[in-house]
Amino acid sequence: MMMNNSLRNQCKARPGTVIKGKWYKNEYKVIKELGFGANGIVYLAECQGREVALKVSDNSMSISSEMNILKSFTKVQGSALGPSLLSVDDWVNQGVTLPFYVMEYIKGESYLDFLKYKGTSWAIVLILQLLKNLSLLHQSGWVFGDLKPENLIISSPSCQVRCVDVGGTTLVGRSIKEFTEFFDRGYWGLGSRKAEPSYDLFAVAMIFLNSYYPNRFTKKSEGYSQLSQAIKGKKELKMYEPVLEKALLGKYSTADEMRKELMAAANLNMDSSRQKQAPSRTSYQTPTRKRKKGKTKGGLLESMLLVVLISIVYMVYIYTKLL
Amino acid sequence: MNPGTLKQILLITDGCSNHGEDPSAMAAFAREQGITVNVIGVMEQDVIDQKGMQEIQSIAQTGGGVSQVVYTSQLSQTVQMVTRKAMTQTIQGVVNKELQQILGRSKTMDDLPPEKRGEVVEVVEELGETAGLEVLVLVDTSASMTHKLPTVKEALLDLSLSLNARIGENKFSVFVFPGKKSDVEKLLDWTPNLEALTKVFSKLSTGGMTPTGPALREALSYFKKKRSLRSLLSNDDEQFFEESV
Repeated sequence: MMMNNSLRNQCKARPGTVIKGKWYKNEYKVIKELGFGANGIVYLAECQGREVALKVSDNSMSISSEMNILKSFTKVQGSALGPSLLSVDDWVNQGVTLPFYVMEYIKGESYLDFLKYKGTSWAIVLILQLLKNLSLLHQSGWVFGDLKPENLIISSPSCQVRCVDVGGTTLVGRSIKEFTEFFDRGYWGLGSRKAEPSYDLFAVAMIFLNSYYPNRFTKKSEGYSQLSQAIKGKKELKMYEPVLEKALLGKYSTADEMRKELMAAANLNMDSSRQKQAPSRTSYQTPTRKRKKGKTKGGLLESMLLVVLISIVYMVYIYTKLL
Repeated sequence: MNPGTLKQILLITDGCSNHGEDPSAMAAFAREQGITVNVIGVMEQDVIDQKGMQEIQSIAQTGGGVSQVVYTSQLSQTVQMVTRKAMTQTIQGVVNKELQQILGRSKTMDDLPPEKRGEVVEVVEELGETAGLEVLVLVDTSASMTHKLPTVKEALLDLSLSLNARIGENKFSVFVFPGKKSDVEKLLDWTPNLEALTKVFSKLSTGGMTPTGPALREALSYFKKKRSLRSLLSNDDEQFFEESV
């Protein structure tokens, strides 16, 4: 979009730039750019030997609003809800005052990248974790709003889902401020844009779908039947069909409810796949690969033994021939 | 503090006006009456020329609103973003004026320390959520817009979905220009819900000049007409409210 260009230029900070706060005089040395959104640029920076994430914007409204949200998170439970807020200040860059805030730097991979490297079998685990986070968030009176894989970071090395970018976070009962079409129930014609827990739970179901449809898709005509087809189209999703459909139709009023049923479905699936797959041994990828490896190792040993044996026989043969 | 009902005109067009008075002047006139003018330029593959771009920016600037040029596919998201942004801008203006009275001249929200600013923003957000909103949508239906109209319709339905999730009350009306007989034609009277748009939009015929300026002027007069009628009604409502409390 057009306005982003001017924002980009104004908030641009090369690695090595020192951002000094106008009010609290702390100095932050920019290490690199982490991300870029409609409302600002996030940098990795260093302050007194500590790595922090710093968000700069030309929009003091959105920065202050996000600051308010992060502050209220800190009051409630802290870490599970979002990155913890460290400081808020203004940066005077070439005569232009740019508001910024400093938060905890969460090291890790974004949701879809993580699944790409580690395999989609992680999806269900991450979704269960996410639901736990959301339950806490909803209980403290907030709805995340713009819930999507790009806003989820899997922290390393603990592999825990963390929600970042609270730009869309809205008080329960108000209207959703920011959303992304694919994850928005309004776009699919499946509900209002009122901030309520079921709004987030719809997005959770869509994130699950996105795990197996990494390229996403656009709405054809009738929203629900298309999504339902998409679920039936992948066997990993079909296993959770009843839960996903309930989430898409807004039938869960709390994240805990959905988590419980998803957990039950997951346990059922693990049990049945264990029973089914014990004799056939086809579905688990890693064990088969391991087995193959073992086989080749054994094969190598066998052939080496054979070579040694033959050469001994040969040597004995030559020995007897020579004598 | 109550900013009352926020009034906006949302102009959706794809190029330059070529008939009647200067649309920027009309936008400035609207602003004088407390009505914000926002402009969205829609492109398909074609690009809006320099002159059209300038006009779009200038209308929004003089109209105290927000402008954005987008491809048709991004229209839905943009329409709601522009409307919200303009609302916040207007409320922020009101709040800043109050702040200036308290803190002295030339002080605005941005001069406050970050923590205090946060508190002000909370008030602005609260007002944005609860204030009444009236949006008059003005759609350009000149020939080049023909293919874009189905998307415009979708975007407007989406807008009413977004705004009706607010706590505050909404009123929309839709006008197209050029109209069959005059410069502008009313398509939909003030209504809280844009659902009815689906029927009337399919019957639209496109073509003719692009009288952006006259269309804005007409739209303005419609705001006034409506006001005088509605103010009677809303006064009644308030009385009723007071009595019931």
